[in-house]
Amino acid sequence: MGTGVLEAHALRKVFGGLVAVNDVSFTIAEGGVKAMIGPNGAGKTTIFNLLCGVYPLTAGGFRIGGKRGDGRLPHVIAHMGLARTFQNVQLFSNMSAIENVMVGWHRRGRAGFLAAALRLPWSRAEDRAARKACVEKLGFVGLADRADDEALSLPFGQQRLVELARALASEPRLLLLDEPAAGLSTREKADLARLVRRICEQGVTILLVDHDMDFVMDISDMVIVLDHGEKIAEGPPREVQKNARVIAAYLGEEVGPAD
Amino acid sequence: MVAVGVVAALVAALPFVLRNQYYVGIAVFVGINAIVAIGLNLLMGYAGQVSLGHAAFIALGAYTSAILTTRTGLSPWLAMPVAVALASLIAAVIGVPTLRLHGHYLAMATLGFGMIVSIVINEWVSLTGGTSGLVDIPRLSLAGLALDSDTKYYYLVWACVAASLLLSFNIVNSRVGRALRAVHTSEVAAATCGVNIARTKLQVFVLSAALAGLAGSLYAHQLQFVGPGHTFGFGFSIELVVMVVFGGLATIWGAIVGAGVVTVLGEYLRRVGDRDVAVFGIVLILLLVFMPRGLVHGLASLTRRLRREP
Repeated sequence: MGTGVLEAHALRKVFGGLVAVNDVSFTIAEGGVKAMIGPNGAGKTTIFNLLCGVYPLTAGGFRIGGKRGDGRLPHVIAHMGLARTFQNVQLFSNMSAIENVMVGWHRRGRAGFLAAALRLPWSRAEDRAARKACVEKLGFVGLADRADDEALSLPFGQQRLVELARALASEPRLLLLDEPAAGLSTREKADLARLVRRICEQGVTILLVDHDMDFVMDISDMVIVLDHGEKIAEGPPREVQKNARVIAAYLGEEVGPAD
Repeated sequence: MVAVGVVAALVAALPFVLRNQYYVGIAVFVGINAIVAIGLNLLMGYAGQVSLGHAAFIALGAYTSAILTTRTGLSPWLAMPVAVALASLIAAVIGVPTLRLHGHYLAMATLGFGMIVSIVINEWVSLTGGTSGLVDIPRLSLAGLALDSDTKYYYLVWACVAASLLLSFNIVNSRVGRALRAVHTSEVAAATCGVNIARTKLQVFVLSAALAGLAGSLYAHQLQFVGPGHTFGFGFSIELVVMVVFGGLATIWGAIVGAGVVTVLGEYLRRVGDRDVAVFGIVLILLLVFMPRGLVHGLASLTRRLRREP
C-alpha cells in the first residue's frame, strides 16, 4: 500500500481491438509536479480520461486519496478532489470568464434548486462568497480585469488560463493538466511554468501531459514515459532522458550496428 | 429594472385597453401558456432536452384539480398544490430512467406518456367523464372575493406568470443555473467540475412539469370544464415547443413572447379551419430562416442594425 494522492493499479483500456492503455501502474506522491510523456498515441490523454471517469476502465483500478475511484462517475471523482484541464480548451460558451470559474467552484457550494429559485438569504450569501473566491482565482492566473468578458471572446492563451482558474476553483488535491503549453508562445510558456510552480507551492499535486520536452523537463520532478500504451520508464527527468528505451521510443530503434 | 417596470405596467393596464371580454379571455390563455413555456424554455434552452408531452402535464394538472374539486369537494386552493405535486412526481418517474442516458430519450418517453394520458382521459370514463368530460368545476376565490370575471382571473394568472419568471431568472443566475448552462455546452467539462448531470437535468424537467401542472389547474378553474381536446393533445405539445423556439431558446422573456404570438395566432387561425397547421408550419420555417435565435434576439439585432444605418 502506497500513500500517494493517486495510486493506479494495472490500468487497462481497450477500444475495439486496440489496446490503448496496457496495464499501466504508477503512484503519485503528495506534492510536486509529475509529468507523463510519450509519443503521439502513447495513451496519455486516455489515462487522463480514465482517471476522471470519462471512460470506463476495461480492467485495473485506481484510488484517489485512498478512496476507490474506478467505476465512479466523473462528478463523484471531482468531489474526491480531482480537477483537470483539457487538451482542446473546453470553456462554456455564452458565459463570462467569472461564470466559467464559478462552475469550477460548483462542488464547494450546496445551494440547490429550491434555495436558488427562492433566493434564500444563505444561498445568496454563498453565491457572493463564491464570486469573491473565483475573482481571486482569476486574479491568481492574472485575469482579474477580464472577469466579466465572455470567456470565448478572450485570446487563446487567456482561455487556457480561465480553464486553469476553473480547475483551481474546486480546490483540488490533484490537478491534471492535459497539454497546458500547447499552442502557447515562448513567453506564455515561461509564465505558465511559473504559475504551475506557484500552484504546486499551495499544496496541490500536479500531473501533466505535454509534448514540449524543455517545458516538461524544466518543470517536473518526476516523469513517467509511455509508449504504445505501456509504461517504459519512470524517474527524475535527468535519468529518464538517458534511458535507452525512452530514446528509442522518441528517435526510433537503431537498425544497423552502431559505429 | 426599468424595462421590467414598463412591462409590468403594460401587463397591468392591458385589460383596460382591451375592454372586450373576449380579448381579455385570450390574454388569460396567453398567461397560462406562458407559464408552461417558461418551464419548457428552461428544459429546452438550458438543459438541452426536448419534451414532446408537456400538454399531458397540463392535462394532469387540469384533471387533478377538476376531479378533486368536483368529486371530493376539496377547496381549489388545496387541489392546486396536489395537481402540481402529481405532475412533478410523474415527471420524476419518467425522468429518472431516461435522463441518465445520452441523447433524446426524454423526447421519446414524453411522447409515449402523452399518448397514454390521452387514452386515459378518453377511456377511464368513471374517473375522467370520458368524452363528456367534467363540468361544474368551481372558480377560484381570493380572500372572499370570487374571481368570477376574466379580468379578475387575468390578474391572478399573470401574477403566476410573474412568479414563474422570477423563479426562472433566479435559477439561471445561480449555482444550479450555471451548472445547467455548462451542461448544455460540454457535458464532459461540466461533469469534471463536479456537476451531477443526470440530477440537474431531472430537476429542470420536474420543475417544467410542475409549472405545466400549475397551468393546467389554472386552466380548469378558468374554463370550469375539462374534456378531451386540443389543449391536452400531442398537437398542443408541439405548439408549446413552437412557442419556446419562436421566442428564442434560452431567452426567458422569449417564452412569454412566444406564448403570446402562438396563442393569438392560433386563435386567429381558428377562423381558417384546418389550414392553421399549414400556416403555423410556414411561419415557423420563415422564422427559423430569418431569425434562427428566435423572435426576441431577432428583433433586437434588427433594431441594432436599423439604428446603425439611419
